[in-house]
Amino acid sequence: MTESLVTTSSQTVGPFFAIGLPWEDGPFVVAPDTPGAIRIVGRVLDGAGDPVPDALIETWQADPDGRFDHPDDPRGAVASGFRGFGRCPTDVNGRFEFVTLKPGALPGQAPHIAVSVFCRGILVRLVTRIYFPEDNLDDDPVLAVVEPALRQTLVASAAPYGYRFDIVLQGPDETVFFDV
Amino acid sequence: MELPTYRRDPESQPPVHWPDYVSNPGRAPKRPLVLIPQRLTEVTGPLLGAERVGPHDNDLTIQHPGEPLGQRIIVTGRVLDGDGRPVPDTLVEVWQANASGRYHHAGDRHPAPLDPNFSGVGRCMTDAAGRYSFTTIQPGAYPWRNHHNAWRPAHIHFSLFGTAFTQRLITQMYFPGDPLFGQDPIFNSVRDPRARESMIATFDLSATVPEWALAYSWDIVLRGKNPTPVEEEDDDD
Repeated sequence: MTESLVTTSSQTVGPFFAIGLPWEDGPFVVAPDTPGAIRIVGRVLDGAGDPVPDALIETWQADPDGRFDHPDDPRGAVASGFRGFGRCPTDVNGRFEFVTLKPGALPGQAPHIAVSVFCRGILVRLVTRIYFPEDNLDDDPVLAVVEPALRQTLVASAAPYGYRFDIVLQGPDETVFFDV
Repeated sequence: MELPTYRRDPESQPPVHWPDYVSNPGRAPKRPLVLIPQRLTEVTGPLLGAERVGPHDNDLTIQHPGEPLGQRIIVTGRVLDGDGRPVPDTLVEVWQANASGRYHHAGDRHPAPLDPNFSGVGRCMTDAAGRYSFTTIQPGAYPWRNHHNAWRPAHIHFSLFGTAFTQRLITQMYFPGDPLFGQDPIFNSVRDPRARESMIATFDLSATVPEWALAYSWDIVLRGKNPTPVEEEDDDD
């Protein structure tokens, strides 16, 4: 039997990741002219309500059929070539934006997008989820473990261009973050 | 089909709240993180490929017309999971300050010289044995305003994906014997001494190139898989 190794510790992404991590196509999970493309726009705010201009947001999601581009998806990998991954740094106003397709439902789970938040000041990755307001969220097993009053922090609001989803790091409207 | 799950290893990780790092208290969430079981979303993850890596991306010393200033170093190692299995074909991204301790970033106000021949950004894919290698310049330490006379120990930032969302890791590699460790709240946010020391690379004489470059080796360990339950029913909650 092999000995378990110590998992390498997380450290802050720091203030200067923008020299290397952003990709030109990072925010475009799909090209903007893709049929059915939606925009998800939001801001990252700190405990004082100020925008966080140096955060990196990443998304991971299933395709519109609810499949992941990954061999461990037991139903087989996506047929569409859908990457499912997005990466966007926040701008001076704390704003981020993704262009993607709405994910389909997963077996037993409502449609959602997994989100990672990295920023100066935070030593670990913060993980949250984006759910969609038009879906039936009552039976979702992840929302079920979230205090009912806080669930709305995980639900995007509909907007003319797609959806709005703000990430509040701290304070009365603090977004729910998960330990995965 | 049984989905894999990944071991949590909280002892090795820094806390969410770490006020010695002065920008932490205003940003760290106050409510405890909500523990959720790993499902399909968490055990899959982006498998980014070689299309993310350009021809000179693993050699930070040849990305410009001239050579950067500073001590050439080779940084090499393996990406492993918690059971010591190599993680092949996974993207490794790095970024760092130059030899003077300055980042090629408009927000870096440290009055040390920029180097027109050094951007400080690299990428590579691990090979079939999980190995990665970068040729770069020894980064300088730099002052920051966390506390009086605060200096960051020299470090290289690393970003890794592994094969699952749960394995995503952004960290920093440090250099052996750095006299600045004792006063650095970021390094010391990791409370477990074994985990803290595992962020420090080893000087590796065997990887040096005579008349050319020194070398350090550093293995990165991503979260390991839980053993697959044999008889127990998965209660799926």
